[in-house]
Amino acid sequence: MSKPASEKLARPVKAVEHPQRGRLPLVPPQTIAGRALVLVISIMAFLAGLTIAGVSLVSQAAQGWESEIGREVTIEVRPIDGSDMSAEVAKAVALAQEFPGVGSAHGLTDQETSRLLEPWLGAGVDLGSLPVPRLVVVTIDDPGAFSVKDLAAQVTAQVRGGSVDDHAIWVDRLAAMANSMVFAGLGVLVLMLTAMVLSIVFATRAAMAGNRDVIEVLHFCGAEDRFIAGEFQRHFLLLGMKGGAIGGGSAVAVLGLLSWWLSGAAGRPGADQIEALVGSFEIGWRAYGWIGALVVAVAALTAATSRLAVRRSLQAMA
Amino acid sequence: MIRFENVGLRYGMGPEVLSDLTFRIDPHSFQFLTGPSGAGKTTLLRLLFLNLKPTRGLISIFNQDTARITPREMPGLRRRIGVVFQEFRLLDHLTTYENVALPYRVLGQDEASYRADVVDLLDWVGLGDRKHVYPPVLSGGEKQRAAIARALITKPEFLLADEPTGNVDPPLAKRLLRLFYEMNRLGTAVVIATHDLTLMEQVDARRLVLTDGRLEIYE
Repeated sequence: MSKPASEKLARPVKAVEHPQRGRLPLVPPQTIAGRALVLVISIMAFLAGLTIAGVSLVSQAAQGWESEIGREVTIEVRPIDGSDMSAEVAKAVALAQEFPGVGSAHGLTDQETSRLLEPWLGAGVDLGSLPVPRLVVVTIDDPGAFSVKDLAAQVTAQVRGGSVDDHAIWVDRLAAMANSMVFAGLGVLVLMLTAMVLSIVFATRAAMAGNRDVIEVLHFCGAEDRFIAGEFQRHFLLLGMKGGAIGGGSAVAVLGLLSWWLSGAAGRPGADQIEALVGSFEIGWRAYGWIGALVVAVAALTAATSRLAVRRSLQAMA
Repeated sequence: MIRFENVGLRYGMGPEVLSDLTFRIDPHSFQFLTGPSGAGKTTLLRLLFLNLKPTRGLISIFNQDTARITPREMPGLRRRIGVVFQEFRLLDHLTTYENVALPYRVLGQDEASYRADVVDLLDWVGLGDRKHVYPPVLSGGEKQRAAIARALITKPEFLLADEPTGNVDPPLAKRLLRLFYEMNRLGTAVVIATHDLTLMEQVDARRLVLTDGRLEIYE
């Protein structure tokens, strides 16, 4: 038998006697262009994540180049009339091997020198008929004990036509290039975050315009500007967290995929060139840490920007 | 408590909608503000709840010259004033309960500290079983009662009501008037803007009659 209508109606009233489970937001979420803003923030965070990874990769590769080049110097023996090139090269090798901090010294053979010159002079070059300088590659084991200045002085004094090249010019150029790329990356990052901040400012203003009635009622109830700003900030913090997480997460996923693809791509077109340029395409944990920090920063920036925009607008409304 | 001296107001370069208003509203007083439509009642109420600034004259509210009130001081003053709007101005996305509790919420109070007060007042205005209903499904009279409850909930020192009984039947209008009268007895100064002669005849109170922007006072 069905229950009387009055009993049926009484139930919901009883059920809502103390139903206040969590307060409803004072600013209705549907009045904020949330999806569009989350999308913009995601895209910005994604691009910023990739930029951070790129900057980290360049900076890591530059460090690698610098340390590799810094662990090697070259003794160059130029041909001088009346001197025995082979004897001078042997003298340079012996001198370098005895030098403190040096691991090994190896004079390039005629074949090795010919191979070096092959791209310019072609195969089968007769080195005897050309005034080609000979090279001694010196590998440094202990940079602390090694003094390039002393080696240069001794080579100049003892080896006829001898001089030392520590690749300082190359290292300086590489460092300058790497620093420029890092600065350019940081500049791009700043521009993207600025664009994101502007999007948030516009979204906040639109949200405020759409909630003018709510703001007025809150004012009449005695709400302080910081209270109203806090209500808006709560929404935008959530949107920033969502956007940052989606964008940052996507960047990490793309980098992971790229790293995985390149790890199994040895020999494939493009992969070798990338490896030659940036090494083993390994994004360090530090870069992933920075991307994580970026997500937090994006959320905080979104909340802070919206708060500031609301405070400014409220001041203008007063 | 509230003092107007030679107050005038015009919108832009238009004619004065309020001219030379000079009157006082004392603490614990009860008065009706009446006059024909378009006489400037709502504009005067807006001056009283600090929503407008006069173009000339002096308004002092709670002994503070309104021309010198800083934005920082404004919320504190508004918390001492309860307002019932003619168009209710309830927030449609909040329940009746939450609308009425709004003044407590903006004060940052814990819900447990005011829940019983809000429920009691809702029961008193006959909305006990409508507290979890959203304003769009309330009738005009119910919205009006919710708006009144919101204005009264924090027991303000000064209460302004714009046509507070315009949408309710006579018995409920009488009941709501009693509520205003009780609030007045407890110390709240009350100004009720109304056209309703029947309502005014129920209470022997001061009448502020606004005609063409000018005020006559019948003590």
